[in-house]
Amino acid sequence: MMVNPADTALSGALADATERALREAEIRLPPDVLAALRRAAAAERDEIARQELANILENIALAGERQVPICQDTGVPVVYLTLPPDIPFSPDLFSGVREGVRRATATIPLRPNVVDPLTRENTNDNTGAGMPAVHVTPGDRLTVTVLPKGAGSENASRIGMLLPSQAAQIPKFVAETMLLAGGRPCPPVILGVGIGGTFDMAAALAKEALLLPVDTMDDYEQEICDAVNALGIGPMGLGGDTTALAVKVKRADCHTASLPVAVNVQCWACRRATVEVER
Amino acid sequence: MNLTTPLGDEVLSLRAGDRVTLSGTIYTARDEAHLRMMKEGIPFEPEGAVVYHCGPVVQDGRLVVAGPTTSARMDALTGFLIDAGVRALVGKGGMGPEVVEQLRGRAVYLALTGGCAALAAARMSLKGVHFEDLGMAEAVWVIEADCLPLTVGIDAHGGDLFEAVREKAKTQFHQRFNTR
Repeated sequence: MMVNPADTALSGALADATERALREAEIRLPPDVLAALRRAAAAERDEIARQELANILENIALAGERQVPICQDTGVPVVYLTLPPDIPFSPDLFSGVREGVRRATATIPLRPNVVDPLTRENTNDNTGAGMPAVHVTPGDRLTVTVLPKGAGSENASRIGMLLPSQAAQIPKFVAETMLLAGGRPCPPVILGVGIGGTFDMAAALAKEALLLPVDTMDDYEQEICDAVNALGIGPMGLGGDTTALAVKVKRADCHTASLPVAVNVQCWACRRATVEVER
Repeated sequence: MNLTTPLGDEVLSLRAGDRVTLSGTIYTARDEAHLRMMKEGIPFEPEGAVVYHCGPVVQDGRLVVAGPTTSARMDALTGFLIDAGVRALVGKGGMGPEVVEQLRGRAVYLALTGGCAALAAARMSLKGVHFEDLGMAEAVWVIEADCLPLTVGIDAHGGDLFEAVREKAKTQFHQRFNTR
């Protein structure tokens, strides 16, 4: 029997949760990111940079008042699900998320950003072949986390297959990524760094690192963050103390002959939200 | 300084790092619109015009949000606009050395804070559209702007704030990591 997956209770509930999570993420920045921006604005010494940060804070307030997206690049959604043991891993999970993205595109509204990679034809609903990416991990509750990712910062991201003897070069690789990027990824940025695993895992870890709270950094993250800020690129590449709000690192073990390192650059609009699926 | 379109020689006195506000008609254009204009001509009066690198979100004839996009993507596509009399480009992230030369003595590049799409839209209203078939992000939207807060990123004298910052960043990088 053919069943429209969008009609199942599970996929319907997931669609609702995905749409809600996207609305939350697109219109309101998470409290930890907002706090980091406010701290930066208070500490910034450069005159132009201070004005840029003031514009950013005014923009965030206006997006909330007007209930509109923070940025016109509403991104492409990256979706993380946690799946409790009593829910089967099924196509309903994916169809529900896709339906939620379609609805959010029409209702929030979001800019339709998903195109065929070669013909560049727009699908007009922010879904497409392989899109959105959905990552599923086990958990105790069914939750949807969305990370709408803009292209300005995504395009500045880098992956390097370093030599195993180059572990000490990782901070340099990360700082070099921002040196090459300059103002293009809309600094102040948050840098997600994935170290280890395999080629593909390092990139996935770098993106997952962007889900971590930015109000704490360990010594290693702080060291890299300080190196990036010493560059003086500043908000929007116009100069200043604030180039990175935070650096977040995620690691996995790797092959003895390998050291993959990925840097996922995230603009100041580090949009993320988690919603528990009602069922 | 308060700038009002159409712009004239007043932009020539601006220096990189100056802060200005901009009011009047501006036109959005991204990659596809530039390619179309090169092929079919500029659909608006270019003399004194302002081109805004932006792909807005538009719904029911209303500008929902409209922040700047990365200008460097248009580096190789910009010369003909300056030749036609366009006096200012608005975007984020700066532009390449060829554009700095094209602007010399003729026009300026103005930086709007990236991601500030709600702030920008709060000071804009939609007046019309060209090339609507290119889609929401790529169409040329005609916008009436009211006091957009901008920083002069590249002036008409070859001054480029982005390049100056980049040079300093390079020096810092090489010092810190003992390279070169």
